[in-house]
Amino acid sequence: MHSFGSYKREWFSSCIVWLAALLISGIFFWLISGILWHGTGRITLQFLTSSTLNAGRSGGIAPIIVSTGLILLVCMSVAIPIGLGTAILLSEFTSNDNIPGKIIRRSLDVLAGIPSIVFGLFGNVFFCKMLGLGFSILSGGLTLACMVLPIFIRSVEEGLRSISIEYRLGAGALGLTKTATLFRVLLPLAVPAIVAGLTLGIGRALAETAALIFTSGYVDRYPESLFDSGRSLSIHIYDLSMNVAGGDKNAYSSALVLLVMVLVINELSTWISQHYLKHRTATE
Amino acid sequence: MNIETQNEVRPRKTAKKSIINIENLTLRYGNHLILNDITFPIKDRSITTLIGPSGAGKTSFLLCLNRLIDMVSKKTISGLIEYETYNVLDPKIDVIYLRKKIGMIFQKPNPFPVSIWKNLEIPLREHGVKDKKKISQIIEENLKNVGLWDEVKDRLHRSAFALSGGQQQRLCIARALVLKPQILLMDEPCSALDPVSSGVIEDLIQKLRGQYTIFVVTHNLAQAKRIGDYTALFWVKNNCGCLVEYGDTDQVFNKPRHEITSAYINGKRG
Repeated sequence: MHSFGSYKREWFSSCIVWLAALLISGIFFWLISGILWHGTGRITLQFLTSSTLNAGRSGGIAPIIVSTGLILLVCMSVAIPIGLGTAILLSEFTSNDNIPGKIIRRSLDVLAGIPSIVFGLFGNVFFCKMLGLGFSILSGGLTLACMVLPIFIRSVEEGLRSISIEYRLGAGALGLTKTATLFRVLLPLAVPAIVAGLTLGIGRALAETAALIFTSGYVDRYPESLFDSGRSLSIHIYDLSMNVAGGDKNAYSSALVLLVMVLVINELSTWISQHYLKHRTATE
Repeated sequence: MNIETQNEVRPRKTAKKSIINIENLTLRYGNHLILNDITFPIKDRSITTLIGPSGAGKTSFLLCLNRLIDMVSKKTISGLIEYETYNVLDPKIDVIYLRKKIGMIFQKPNPFPVSIWKNLEIPLREHGVKDKKKISQIIEENLKNVGLWDEVKDRLHRSAFALSGGQQQRLCIARALVLKPQILLMDEPCSALDPVSSGVIEDLIQKLRGQYTIFVVTHNLAQAKRIGDYTALFWVKNNCGCLVEYGDTDQVFNKPRHEITSAYINGKRG
């Protein structure tokens, strides 16, 4: 039985929920429409394919896109193997109360919460100076890898741990070795978690500015090798809007390009996960 | 479906030799006693059913027989499980070989997240069968054996998850059979299935009678009576599982020696 009072309370709480939802989506749409309004008109094929001129006030963003891509490539090609390895170690070879496992897990959680500027300073000292890589795409990519790893490892580990014990027992009952169980059964089941972890990681890497200022540098030319300095899209946006008078319009356009990149990567990963699920797993 | 029910004619030979001897098996998880002093034989090429209430350690007992219990941490086992010339509980025995000879079917069907074909191919390849012709031959033979071949022969390379629950369970049985085991352990193989699929699995167990030694844990007393040659009853005493009665299925259901057995099979307890 609903008395009038409880009906009223329910109405009130649903109002609050709706208001919160509206507020969040309102901010999102405001942001997006601002970027679209200011940025759309200037995006042409020419803008995407020509060099940056006059500190970014004119010309395109082709070298910036190339540098961003290379930094991301370095970051992922280091983060994926190390990340998968650590996640497998944590979930398959250490129990929950194993002391080294606990220490690794705790440090990863702390690392995940460290401000990116700290990673930037660390990268600057370690990769640029101690390893002598200088301000380069390599230094930037490696620093980003350090940032992305904690998130990636933890989400893959969770994915592996959440696989029901029946699959492990089933594989064990057939006399499959631990390695075979891992590669034949567990990793295929963990693909959605791996993709989700990668997406989070790429998202964080693409959005990163502070860590890259100190490691991959500002140079807006085409990079000639991984040892060259290169400017990422997020740094380009920061520089145009803060340091370059009259760079606002190109900053908006670059922001739009970055936004589209992130959206495309998100959609792509969702599609991969679902496509994969449909063909390999739970269509139960 | 070409599975004959063999409910009527059932060769029940007494005094079969036992393939596994369990003696004084005691299992603890941490300080908690799970199984206390279990002793009984499993007879060769016959169907033994294990009945009893939840918490009597039936599944833990099964896991001891093929040493999957190793995957559970903090356990201590004592006693003897004799199979062939080995003590199954000896830490030095080759568990891969053991699990090849003693297959297991689980309560919830657990096909691997790959195609029907791959589900059967993976264990074969893992155990050293590399010849493609031989693999296809074994796969076809075993899918026919479990009555699944006609249902899936056109979609062997599709996901095993697209099969119904009952079909998945028969696939899992085929997957255990490709390794040519001597013994099949089944942990409530029908309890997650609808009545029709459950009936199909039961008929399949009947069909495998005589070819394999089958050990079935079941909550379904009527089923235990229908399919069993021998029956064991586990009970919870002092918060741990123990063997109350073991004997010929007819004897256990018709002339139970123990009053707990009589109360349990008549639905008065448990």
